Amino acid sequence: MKSTVIPIGPQHPVLPEPIHLKLTVVDEVISEVVPSLGFVHRGLEMLVDNRDYHQVVQVVERVCGICSMMHAMCYCQGIEEMMGVEVPPRAKYLRVIWSELHRMHSHLLWLGLFADSFGFESLFMQFWRIREKVLDIHEATTGNRVIVSVNTIGGVRKDLDDDQIEWIVSELKNVKREVRRLGPTLLDDYTVKKRTVGRGVLTSQQAIDLGTVGPTLRASGVARDMRQLGYAALGELDFEPVTEEAGDSWARCKVRFKEVLASIDIIRQAAEKTPGGEIAAKVKGAPPEGETVSRVEQPRGEVFYYIKSKGQKKLERLRIRTPTFANIPALLAILPGLYLSDVPVVVLSIDPCISCTER
Amino acid sequence: MFKMTPNILRNMITDKATRLYPFETREPWTGVRGELGIDIEKCTFCGICALKCPTGCLSVDKKEGLWVCDPFVCVYCGICVESCPKKCLYQDLVYREPADEHEKIVMKGEPPRKKKEAES
Repeated sequence: MKSTVIPIGPQHPVLPEPIHLKLTVVDEVISEVVPSLGFVHRGLEMLVDNRDYHQVVQVVERVCGICSMMHAMCYCQGIEEMMGVEVPPRAKYLRVIWSELHRMHSHLLWLGLFADSFGFESLFMQFWRIREKVLDIHEATTGNRVIVSVNTIGGVRKDLDDDQIEWIVSELKNVKREVRRLGPTLLDDYTVKKRTVGRGVLTSQQAIDLGTVGPTLRASGVARDMRQLGYAALGELDFEPVTEEAGDSWARCKVRFKEVLASIDIIRQAAEKTPGGEIAAKVKGAPPEGETVSRVEQPRGEVFYYIKSKGQKKLERLRIRTPTFANIPALLAILPGLYLSDVPVVVLSIDPCISCTER
Repeated sequence: MFKMTPNILRNMITDKATRLYPFETREPWTGVRGELGIDIEKCTFCGICALKCPTGCLSVDKKEGLWVCDPFVCVYCGICVESCPKKCLYQDLVYREPADEHEKIVMKGEPPRKKKEAES
């Protein structure tokens, strides 16, 4: 049968960010996918050339609008390791609280967008209404809604008093109740299941072979989460990676849904254990000559920072590998064989963050 | 659809989640990083804010006693506010309103006099 090439993106109603996919279709079934990226490349990595290593924190925060906190945390942890800076315990706990709040708002945003991708607009609105509560916590505790800018080399820039911590925990109780109410609609509804169950199946072996990371990997039954490394204060908290076995769009959705609840649990534990004391260590001088690698679990998976210093205030090289970059090969493997109408749902199921990928 | 029904019914009796912005605004949270301002009387034009700023939106002229901020370049991170030794920089609790013209904020103050001038 004759094949046709149908382009999707870079501008498409379902895509929050620009990715271009050339789909070769036979009848309505996809036979081949060729991606093209580079529509929003900003050259952020090269900005290290004319900024000192403290100023780069604000640059890496802008790599991604949704997970800015984790980017800054990953960069700061790398520099702290190079310089041998001991971060105060309180700062480590505060980093965990803000990073898990970030994961929650990212997942809630995605759950809404995912509902929108199969046309369930009222569910999309419900998730975004809940997300607004998390953004309010961000704004009240850090001063900004999304790019919270709380990290600094050696610790954090903002402190939380006891009342604020108590307020966060009580607000999150409401968030948990509201998220749970939406669970049956998202996960058990007949029409939603029709669009997601069995669509875009990624086996665990495929997921490992293709180097998949984050919820996309865990939905295929592989319990691998960078939080198991125990960075910041995560080593002192009780945490198990959320996994699902099916590997389809529904499983990826369920993993993210459960991770929202898991993040609330981590924040509750961190709030109980947060010790007193300083929030930032004093940092003087420049990072010594050498290189380091830093890894952090973002909402979309593992982010990887390579930092190279020449012993001066300006770094020699910064290389960022974002989770979506690792998940695109998996997307290309799961799309062939699906119907054209499944493309929006399956593309969104890996939670693509394109601006993040192109830096 | 039936699984969503309890939510729909609950939404009918609960408060609205949105407001008629900009006619209706809420009280800002304390500590919001809003528009950047300066108390120019206190400023010594040391230039630390311009040096620390990650975007380079600030420029300070010690001779003329000028403090200039480009609000379209500023990312409102608050680094300058934290690093100011005289604590003359501050951030409002509200965000800057949208503007249709690119204008810089120029503040002119009294430049610090040199020791010799002060003695004479």
